[in-house]
Amino acid sequence: MNRKSSDTPIEKTTLIGKRVRKPDAPDKATGKTRYINDMVLPQMLIGKILHAGRPHAEIVSIDVSAAEKLPGVHCVLTGKDAEGLRFGFVRDNVALKNRVRCEHDEIAAVAAETEEIADRAMALITVEYRDLPGVFTPEDGREKDAPQIHDDFPDNKSLHFEFRHGDLAAAEAASEIIVDNVFRVHHVTHCCMGTSCAIADFDSNGKLTIWSQTQYPYNYKMDLAPALGMHPGDIRVMQPPVGGAFGSKLDVYPYEPIAALLAKKTGRPVKVMFSREEEFRSSPTRQPAVIHMRTGCTRNGTLTFRSADVLLDNGAYTSWGPTIPVVMMRTTTGHYRVPVVHFNAQAIYTNNPYAGSFRGYGNVQTTYATAQQMDMLAEQLDMDPIDFHLKNAQQSGETTPQQAFLRECALDECLRTAAQASDYSAKHRRYTLAREQQGRYKKGIGLASSIHNAGGAKIHKSDGCGTILKVDDYARVTVITGASEIGQGIDAVINLIVAEELGIPLEHVTIVNDDSDIAPWDVGVHASRTTFIAGNGARRAAVKARQQILNAAARMTEIAAQDLDLRGGFVVREDCGTKVIKLEKLLRRMHFQPEPELVMVTDYYEPNSEPEGADHRSDHSAAYSHAVHVAEITVDTHTGEIRVDRITSAQDVGRVINRMGLEGQIEGGIAIGLGYALSEEMQLEKGMLKNPCFRDYKVLTAPEMPELDLHFIESNCAEGPYGAKGASELPTIVIAPAIANAVYNATGIRFFNPPLTPEKVARAIWDRQQTETGPSADR
Amino acid sequence: MSLKTEISFRLNGRAVSVTIPVTMKTLTMLREVLGMTGTKYACGEGECGACTIRLDGRTVNSCLMYAVDCDGRELVTIEGLKTENALHPMQQSFVDHGAIQCGFCMPGMIMQADYLAQNNPELSCEDLRRGLEGNVCRCTGYTKVLDAVTAVVEARR
Repeated sequence: MNRKSSDTPIEKTTLIGKRVRKPDAPDKATGKTRYINDMVLPQMLIGKILHAGRPHAEIVSIDVSAAEKLPGVHCVLTGKDAEGLRFGFVRDNVALKNRVRCEHDEIAAVAAETEEIADRAMALITVEYRDLPGVFTPEDGREKDAPQIHDDFPDNKSLHFEFRHGDLAAAEAASEIIVDNVFRVHHVTHCCMGTSCAIADFDSNGKLTIWSQTQYPYNYKMDLAPALGMHPGDIRVMQPPVGGAFGSKLDVYPYEPIAALLAKKTGRPVKVMFSREEEFRSSPTRQPAVIHMRTGCTRNGTLTFRSADVLLDNGAYTSWGPTIPVVMMRTTTGHYRVPVVHFNAQAIYTNNPYAGSFRGYGNVQTTYATAQQMDMLAEQLDMDPIDFHLKNAQQSGETTPQQAFLRECALDECLRTAAQASDYSAKHRRYTLAREQQGRYKKGIGLASSIHNAGGAKIHKSDGCGTILKVDDYARVTVITGASEIGQGIDAVINLIVAEELGIPLEHVTIVNDDSDIAPWDVGVHASRTTFIAGNGARRAAVKARQQILNAAARMTEIAAQDLDLRGGFVVREDCGTKVIKLEKLLRRMHFQPEPELVMVTDYYEPNSEPEGADHRSDHSAAYSHAVHVAEITVDTHTGEIRVDRITSAQDVGRVINRMGLEGQIEGGIAIGLGYALSEEMQLEKGMLKNPCFRDYKVLTAPEMPELDLHFIESNCAEGPYGAKGASELPTIVIAPAIANAVYNATGIRFFNPPLTPEKVARAIWDRQQTETGPSADR
Repeated sequence: MSLKTEISFRLNGRAVSVTIPVTMKTLTMLREVLGMTGTKYACGEGECGACTIRLDGRTVNSCLMYAVDCDGRELVTIEGLKTENALHPMQQSFVDHGAIQCGFCMPGMIMQADYLAQNNPELSCEDLRRGLEGNVCRCTGYTKVLDAVTAVVEARR
């Protein structure tokens, strides 16, 4: 006789490592998702900002009277409306300015009934400027007689960072080979497809609700409050779906307090949204820098020291950009076993646009230098680069000079895997020999690696994440998490983890994370931390709920809790999978019994890392990870064009949680890194952006995307959720130096200044043909 | 105020009549007059493809096209692909292949991908890459987008 299907035992399965869809994907695919850019509120006004359009000037006079009189205009604000409301990392910024320090400085703002009226009002504002001489490079900003940009920051000095470990002079003396180069890394910008947008509205009690694209809602309140003269507790942050962020929404930028100031003045909701040109001109950049790096080794290929002197182009104001040395020094000290390290970085104010946080956060810039110097040293040693890397690669259990403890280190395996999969060593030798032969097209292969925090980064007092989890009478689960979703896929990761622990379908998990009045504290989406930190939080909350459910089931069935499991929406016997009771039935019984109980749990996960102290000696992340990329390219020596044929990537991801989401993060990270390496550059002339559009600022498109060969190394991180580590920044970090090393392999020319555009490459090849003096100097 | 005019056209299979300023672009009409916010503004200059719609069967950047030129014509937007009961196969394939992260470029990307797949049953990988060149995505690196479209093309063969 057939058993009834309802009696069929349920086998134990796992979702960890499976391919899971993003829960918001169907709405995004059908155009149903209401992004912040799509939002319209009743009575909403449109806010517009008048930008200075000159890099450095005094404002002699400003006349807004004609604009104010235009029908449909509700208010016009200028610098006097934001006086004293200083905000920013070192309180050097205000929402509306009385003096111009960079091209996009916000001089006035209008709230009007339509965009058209707002635009006409802007045209009616007359401003008389007195232009001042500007500072456009950090070197010029350091000069004795350089124009001063901020009265209270003498000598144009912004942030300074220093770390010293060991006797540099002795290490240099003991080095048989030293490479010494200056790398100049450029301005690029995030190019989020959804342009910057904020909607602000005050209630009658004076409480502000701001719909924001922020990726750090809780610190955002703290950072926004001083720009408005408010208490952070009176700000509610709503996070509708956003069109990308990539680090750009990790600070408060002037358009956000401007939206709030306009809303306050008019008593109506106000929406400020950038045009694409405004987005290019007025949103943050990646931090440009001049990196003077020296690395030494002995004749047998053992690294002896590394030193880095870094000059950062701070731009006009201090956002997160000039804080990147915190990460730059981690790579300088931790990219391979370097016993002696000196690191020094100074940010200098200029009249250029200012940098924020951008995926990779300083490590993109530093690894461009460290990974090329590894390649140079290997050549001078006449060693196969892979052997040189392996000889100096750190191992599990080692500690870096900054006290980062590498608990599970898989650099070795990443190197071997990437080299083997790409046939690196044989190709590297072959292409080196082919360099001297005739032929228009030259092939090259380049390897680069780096280290990054992969278990959060305790740069704030806390690196934690709060989670509230409830299971309703129908066995539907709501997870209220502090973690923000900006497209990266923490929604799918949390769904997967909770479904795994509670044995329910993925579709039965709902995530609430778009309202700071509801969701608990989290530091934000940065430092590749969210899967690790929020994933751990979700898992811990789900385990608590699971235990409460199994205990209740044990009481009702008189089967010990440890002999029960949750699978397929049922409580089953752990050993044989036999169904004991349907989960939702159990939940209702728990609820409607004489001593009723609901399943609702809270968790606060704080990783066991140490705060980044002033001396920069701390184990500041709960995990560290490595990635190795091998780039294979073809250079057209006539046109200078670089075609990227294939990227082989081996990355320590700890353990794969959602395979599809992880692949997406690595692929997308590589694309952003390729743009940085090959084509993207903000062309600034005396602080003015010359290419504020996709036609002239070239991001990667589908035809340029190379073939990818991704390898996930699973080092099983003890502290990570199911062993996982953070993963999303390393692919962006490692790609540019892999390309630069490949171009050297193909042409014998080093490029110290990305991007490697056809013009730059062709010019370098031409120059060398003219002089025929071997490898060229600084480009 | 701009001169206004009344136009009539078919939008996702339904007849529509609207009075719009003659200077208005199709994208603005869709988003702000008709409330069809699935089609996205991302550059307004025809350089990113986020506003791609179908006009009489062909794809256009709706940000470049004056709304008055829609008069008497047939428009399909991202909202028009789905049937009552199911996602369009191209939409479903994008979902299943993990081609959607922030998703902001995806309405335009899917419209263009559907056009390419429908009009060229022999669509090669190279054709597909070239055909999507005008659609910028900052999240995915295009790899999963290409996988998603290829799966639809192969299923139709």
